[in-house]
Amino acid sequence: MTVSFKRKIVLAAATATLSGWVATAQAATEIQWWHAMGGDLGKRVEEIAAGFNHSQSKYVIKPVYKGNYTETMTAGVAAFRAGKPPHILQVFEVGTASMMAAKGAVYPVYKLMKDEHVPFNENRYISAVTGYYTTTDGKMLSMPFNSSTPVLFWNKDAFAKAGLTRAPKTWEEMGEYSKKLISSGAAQCGFTVGWQSWVMLENFSAWHNLPFATKSDGFGGLDTKLTFNGPLQVKTIQQLADWQKDGVFRYGGRRSDANPLFAQGKCAMLLNSSASYGGLKKSAKFDFGTDQLPYWSDVKGAPQNSIIGGASLWVLKGNAKKDYKGVAEFLNYLSDPFVQMFWHENTGYVPITKAAYQLTKDTGYYNTFKGRDVAIEQMNGKKPTANSKGLRLGNFVQTRDIINEELEAVWSGKKTAKQALDEAVKRGDVLLRKFEKANK
Amino acid sequence: MEKKTTFSNRWLPYVLVAPQITITLIFFIWPAGQALYQSFFVEDPFGLSTQFVWFDNFKDVLGDPLYFDSIVITAVFSLATTFLALGVSLLLAVMANRVVRGAGVYKVMLLWPYAVAPAIAGVLWMFMFSPANGIVAEALTAMGYDWNYLLNGNQAMALVVIAAAWKQVSYNFLFFLAGLQMIPKALIEASAIDGAGPARRFWTIVFPLLSPTAFFLMVVNIVYAFFDTFGIIHIITLGGPAGATNTLVYKVYNDGFIGLDLGGSAAQSVILMLIVAALTVVQFRFLERKVQY
Repeated sequence: MTVSFKRKIVLAAATATLSGWVATAQAATEIQWWHAMGGDLGKRVEEIAAGFNHSQSKYVIKPVYKGNYTETMTAGVAAFRAGKPPHILQVFEVGTASMMAAKGAVYPVYKLMKDEHVPFNENRYISAVTGYYTTTDGKMLSMPFNSSTPVLFWNKDAFAKAGLTRAPKTWEEMGEYSKKLISSGAAQCGFTVGWQSWVMLENFSAWHNLPFATKSDGFGGLDTKLTFNGPLQVKTIQQLADWQKDGVFRYGGRRSDANPLFAQGKCAMLLNSSASYGGLKKSAKFDFGTDQLPYWSDVKGAPQNSIIGGASLWVLKGNAKKDYKGVAEFLNYLSDPFVQMFWHENTGYVPITKAAYQLTKDTGYYNTFKGRDVAIEQMNGKKPTANSKGLRLGNFVQTRDIINEELEAVWSGKKTAKQALDEAVKRGDVLLRKFEKANK
Repeated sequence: MEKKTTFSNRWLPYVLVAPQITITLIFFIWPAGQALYQSFFVEDPFGLSTQFVWFDNFKDVLGDPLYFDSIVITAVFSLATTFLALGVSLLLAVMANRVVRGAGVYKVMLLWPYAVAPAIAGVLWMFMFSPANGIVAEALTAMGYDWNYLLNGNQAMALVVIAAAWKQVSYNFLFFLAGLQMIPKALIEASAIDGAGPARRFWTIVFPLLSPTAFFLMVVNIVYAFFDTFGIIHIITLGGPAGATNTLVYKVYNDGFIGLDLGGSAAQSVILMLIVAALTVVQFRFLERKVQY
């Protein structure tokens, strides 16, 4: 009973205020929030903003959709250079190092909260999420907002047809199960992967407690070097390339282009962001489950914990001083357990505070929607190590492109896994040196 | 006969060319100067710290083997796009020129693609050929052809060339058709009376008379292939797979706007500017001599 009741409160508050805010808009100080949440996610963002606007009358949050993550970040950078920055800018996780290095442009969240005397406690947040956005001494620089982690989606109908009852736990089982699925005619291919660099190298390394780069994956300084061409990463990528020949693995494209392969029932499994859940639920005509990522059973200590993707909210300098009180109030509102629960349940992103996670648990949500807590369990299962806190690498957007290019050369048979990963590391290191030079 | 206009007012000619000069200064010379200026700096995205590095950005770009790959890719892409677009549109124009009934309908149909924005054209072709759920891709796979442009660089190149050419065919068609209609019928009739067949009439009379149009279109098409096809590549391939469709313009965008490497990207723009300038000079100095006006 309480489940739906509490959820209704949040929804009612959100929708009622949509009509209310026009009236209060005039006298209040306007706060610009540039974000990259299109479609359904954009509507949720509007609802959250409306909820805040209704809760007080001094400030009005104005969410503005600026295109995809890259476009949003570029727009924010250009606006700052032109002297008209938005108050809040949503930046994807790979842009973190660039934002951190831009000390003159960014107003760190912990400092903002202190300056504006808004209650703020870093321990409220889930460490696997905030680890990405804090300094080495634990100071939070940006407010986590939409965080996700890759999980394994599996087609329950196809599994049943192949006589399988559960999702594979290890990479060994991934191969074995896939072959059964194909030979029984339940699917054309075993599994496919979205965002290959993020899932198969960044998260794979964290999940097996392997360094992706030196200096604690870049947290320890700008003079870091890439190390994702280790024996286990090479072995795994080569295994995928070999599996491609008998259909166990099929490459579907760089971003989430692989999702249709799963949704149409062609591939029986998909490794991709937990945030894909909503879209898959709408398009897949079969019952599917979510489970943890596979690991190699012979690796000691695996699985470790997975790392996040998604974006966080950065406060930019350069606006009127009086506005920042409102920014602080809004960030505080965002951390409210009910707001977080609303966001988590409606989008597939994980809750960012412990209280919001607990609240979602208490309302019995995970009993009704099995597997929705896999993502957070996977991030929270173990205390993060130096290899699984997250990545902080400069020019990382370009490095991901390089990794994509090199992996594509593997999938098309032009290079071996070893050649491609070595080359990717070499090319990525050049970019790291360039970043070091530009940010000295 | 020489044409000469004389202005009695000393200032009038300057006033008349002023708008054009202003536009050129603001939209070409100024940004070009900015690009040149930026290419000497290494700068963080927010413009907070800037370092003068002389020619380091150029050294980085020219020392990168991938940049030369990109030059080759651009050459292949532009030539293929230009020839395909010119060939198809000439064929269509010749055919449309012969149509007597319902010519208007054909013309409108052939002009439609020009009204489509490059990005939308990209989406259209991507949906048809997407290996995951494209209609044409399904058909190709059913026929036993291994279609996956996300992995096969040649297929990706072919797809962006076709999409880019498809968009440009309408424009070319319009010019070719106008050119064909300007050719005096008497010339063609005379050669027909002399016993020349359709093919011979085309190559010895029609085509030479069309050559100014064809030359103009070739220059326009090459410039189009260099710069305006960005949207198509961005939507269909993102420069992939493995850099197989990473043209020079796409690389400038990718390094500058995605990678936020402003200095390196500016250096690339300067080089690109030089390449296009050189190309234009070559076209006008050497190719234009073969054109009969």
